[in-house]
Amino acid sequence: MALPFPLSDLLVILPELILSELALGILLWAAVVKRERERALAWASLASLAIAAALLPVAASFAGELPRSAFGGMIALDGFSLFFKALTLLAAAVTILFSLRFVGTSPYPGGEYYALLLLTTVGMMFMASGTHLVSIYVALELMALSQYVLAGYFKQETKSVEAAAKYFVLGAFSSGVLLYGLSLVYGATGTLSLGGVSAALEAAPRSTLLMVGVVLVACGMLFKVASAPFHVWAPDVYEGAPTPVSAFFAVGPKLAAYAIFARIFFDGFGPRSDDWAPVLAASAALTMVVGNVGALMQTNVKRLLGYSSIGHAGYALLGLLAYRAGGAAGQPEAFGLWAILFYLTAYLLMTFGAFGLVVLLEAKGYATESVDDFNGLWKRNPLAAGAMVVFLLSLAGIPPTAGFVGKYLLFSAALKAGWPALVVLGVLMSAVSLFYYFRIVRAMYLVDGEGEVRWREEPAVAVAVGLCFAGTLAFGVLPQPLIALAKSCLLP
Amino acid sequence: MEPGLFFFWLFSAVVVVGAVGVVVMRQPIHSALFLLLSFLGVACLYVQARAELVAAVQVLVYAGGVMVLFLYTIMLVNVKRQRTERYLHRQAVPALGFGFLFLLVVGGVVVNEARALAGKAPAADPAALATTVIGSETVLGNTQAVGWVLYRDYLLPFEIASLFLLVAMIGAVVLGKRTMERFD
Repeated sequence: MALPFPLSDLLVILPELILSELALGILLWAAVVKRERERALAWASLASLAIAAALLPVAASFAGELPRSAFGGMIALDGFSLFFKALTLLAAAVTILFSLRFVGTSPYPGGEYYALLLLTTVGMMFMASGTHLVSIYVALELMALSQYVLAGYFKQETKSVEAAAKYFVLGAFSSGVLLYGLSLVYGATGTLSLGGVSAALEAAPRSTLLMVGVVLVACGMLFKVASAPFHVWAPDVYEGAPTPVSAFFAVGPKLAAYAIFARIFFDGFGPRSDDWAPVLAASAALTMVVGNVGALMQTNVKRLLGYSSIGHAGYALLGLLAYRAGGAAGQPEAFGLWAILFYLTAYLLMTFGAFGLVVLLEAKGYATESVDDFNGLWKRNPLAAGAMVVFLLSLAGIPPTAGFVGKYLLFSAALKAGWPALVVLGVLMSAVSLFYYFRIVRAMYLVDGEGEVRWREEPAVAVAVGLCFAGTLAFGVLPQPLIALAKSCLLP
Repeated sequence: MEPGLFFFWLFSAVVVVGAVGVVVMRQPIHSALFLLLSFLGVACLYVQARAELVAAVQVLVYAGGVMVLFLYTIMLVNVKRQRTERYLHRQAVPALGFGFLFLLVVGGVVVNEARALAGKAPAADPAALATTVIGSETVLGNTQAVGWVLYRDYLLPFEIASLFLLVAMIGAVVLGKRTMERFD
């Protein structure tokens, strides 16, 4: 009996394989390691992520010609998936740096925390390369289930449990909607591989059944990226989850969700873009308004950043809509897609930077970090205050930051694709966002609040924030290398 | 009415009655029993669609294993009799409204599509599995065919699902066990 796949297919998923094994190793090690020495587990997790990252080019070179499909078309390794895998690993690594002390001084065990973080990363990496709706869905659930547990990890804190319960119930419901949509797509086309679905859509006449399926899949995806009207969970979850986990939620799962969103809707439902584009456009408009207007009224910093991340989900949807913004021949989606890649990288840097400073904030109680806690920060720690200003400028989209370049690319892609109204709305909402971002700046520089809240001195977080700071400025001043990288990832 | 169609409606009615019962019943144990009814109805529908293995698994895993777990949980948690106070009742009317709207749209579309497809070969047909040709062999029967598909075509998702179950187990242990004392 011959093997169903060539053994070389295993090399395609080498980083994921090794990372999941290392995660299980850390889980076993956690059983014997002393509580005082748990920090070693964090460093081991960090090393595992580094190993997985180092294996990415190895897998790519063993795979030969990219894109390389493996396991009977279940997954594919291409530039797009490599880019997202690298970003995901970076997100997990920054989260571990944020968690060192936060988890270390809590009454909760570190081993399972880091193992779950690594396993959710494995899920996200599989999502990035999924080319079959079944593998995409299973990987999505692997990611999501680990995250429900991480959200409720501080289980004696009511808010953490509340966050986990809300995330779990709504996440399960949205997965149901997504699955129902997938089942309708399967019923109409008889296949679940993205290439097969695309071919069936080209050949088949318009069918309402298929349209309902596509819309339901879109609803499920919009939930996963926290877009209106499926965004309600995000602020609650970000507020209640442990702060490093909130930072991770604001970045990691969104990256992976955008990867499969782009993959499903370009590679799978591409031929029917006229049908789904209006749905996404409506959601993008609503998301930008709801996220930015909602943030105006927040006093809790984590909620504020939660609403701001909803607004950013709306901007990123513009990139998906710019699917057809003219690129090179044969690469119709190129411009919109590489704009998304650049934007998500910038989003990762600035969001982690802002959340990192919230991690350093020693608030009065669990999940009570408020804007007032930033009062007079610049007197006590001018460096931190300066870095926060840069992150907030970048989030608002002001030059010379990566956030500005990213937004500029997204908006010009959307203009080319013929969505001028949405671009105008996006610019307006960016102006609105300045208002609430500058409430934090005002607190830091203009309000006197000496000595009310302690700030943690934490080298690991400082290093991570410093890296984000450097990246945010560097890609703002010199965006070309990153743009070139994003472009080269999309060309076959 | 054809006998096949008659039984389809019968089983569907069982599924729907069971599902409504789960939501409407006050006592968790009654809800669980209605869920069992619904599961069995779905299993019958699977048999009708000639997916015999899936039907058997539905009975064994869902009606058997999952139900036992539910009953254990209800027994262990020892839910008190629900008092008459209602919660979430403000959402009831909009929820029912949206639910019916959704039912009308999706149900209408599915029925419409089914009419258009009447007499044509379906795009996805579980019965076709029973006579799949794999390589030089003709696979006989549903069980063998599902085994082939699951462990060959869908090997990778199957393995990812095993990681998923492991995560579920870790999560249950982490959230369920007692917390260690704080040290600083």
